[in-house]
Amino acid sequence: MMQVLILFIQILVLFAIVMLHVAYATYFERKIIGHMQVRMGPMRVGYHGLLQPIADGIKSFFKEDIIPEQADKAAFRAAPIICLVAMMTSLAVLPFAKGWVLADINIGLLFIFAMSSLASYGVILAGWASNSKFTFLGGMRSMAQVISYEIAMGLSLVGVMMLSGTLNLTEIVEAQGTSFTGMYIFPQILAFFVFCIAMLAETNRVPFDLPEAETELVSGYCTEYSGMRYAIFFMAEYIGMMVMAAIGTICFLGGWNGPFVIPFFPPFWLILKIYVFMFFFIWIRATLPRYRYDQLMELGWKLLIPLALANIVLTGIIKAFTS
Amino acid sequence: MTSQTIPQEYLAILILIIFGILFGVVTLFVGRFFRLSRPYHEKLVAYESGNEPTEAPRMRFSVKFYLIAILFVVFDVEAIYLYPWAIVYDRLGLFALVEMMLFIGLLLVGYIYAWKKEILQWEK
Repeated sequence: MMQVLILFIQILVLFAIVMLHVAYATYFERKIIGHMQVRMGPMRVGYHGLLQPIADGIKSFFKEDIIPEQADKAAFRAAPIICLVAMMTSLAVLPFAKGWVLADINIGLLFIFAMSSLASYGVILAGWASNSKFTFLGGMRSMAQVISYEIAMGLSLVGVMMLSGTLNLTEIVEAQGTSFTGMYIFPQILAFFVFCIAMLAETNRVPFDLPEAETELVSGYCTEYSGMRYAIFFMAEYIGMMVMAAIGTICFLGGWNGPFVIPFFPPFWLILKIYVFMFFFIWIRATLPRYRYDQLMELGWKLLIPLALANIVLTGIIKAFTS
Repeated sequence: MTSQTIPQEYLAILILIIFGILFGVVTLFVGRFFRLSRPYHEKLVAYESGNEPTEAPRMRFSVKFYLIAILFVVFDVEAIYLYPWAIVYDRLGLFALVEMMLFIGLLLVGYIYAWKKEILQWEK
């Protein structure tokens, strides 16, 4: 019982911290895109708009919740919660530092894939339940995109598993050692490339944000959602971005290891690296135009999957002849 | 890992799932007493650029989505078989390499077939 209580408190703290980071990731994004487009971004609420995310949260809490007449009510209500739960559950297996992990399970990486697949259920359910043409098309597109890129992402990480010989995320970080040259980004540069592109597509970010392409599908699968339900989708998306950034950091960039140890706060380097990834997400968004849907599917199936397979074979051959 | 520690590790995941569901449900439920609610027909109709929806939205869609789903099943199963192989790769040595080459080679035949059948191509 005591243990459950401790776990509950840990989860509460983790959740509060992640929510704060999600809120300020939106601020970070708007501010950076603003400056990249030579404007200021949010400025009104608080000093340089620092309270903007909190104001947005309060606003969406008080907004009217509209459920369309034709909608499948139960599925419509369940969809955002499925998304949020699937994304949040991935947080349990992420090691923030040595021993700073909620569930140190031996199939960590597999668990993350399972959860990110479950999140696509929420998306397709939202598209189906809203009973609107835009959401329907958005949901279909999203499903096809996510499952296509999930294969590329899953295959790209096989190389990492071969080098480390484990699926446990803590052990993957430890297998890379503390030195800069031990990072898997160097032997697995091909896999890192595939991972980065698949990561953008998995989280529905520009240039692969086809499911919510506002120029053609209004807002894609969440067109009919408003107020807090929309905000929950939004939170799930940002938690998803953070989880993907954390996976990239853990599998390729040496996790929480840095040039020197920060006393009292071991996750420092991990968080810094996650924010580098987040900056990369936002930078890409400010730079690139959107892909066309057929090009997106061709890129996934005809380039990334063969590349990931080639990487596996290459890693296998090199490992077999060097050991 | 002993048999006792495994359920304990998964306990955190179970609690997190329950916590996530509670967070979503409670936020939406509490919000019900604070947010306004003035529904009328025009507001509740599905969005279609301001017009009344013309036909049922659950229309027929491209068969491509179905083909992609089938391909996904094939390749995802492949990925699942690759994971345990990758983990014990060090212990199996050259045998594992040859074995996996055969496995990937077989799948490659199917992949090339799908490519030639233009399943991966959306526009002709």
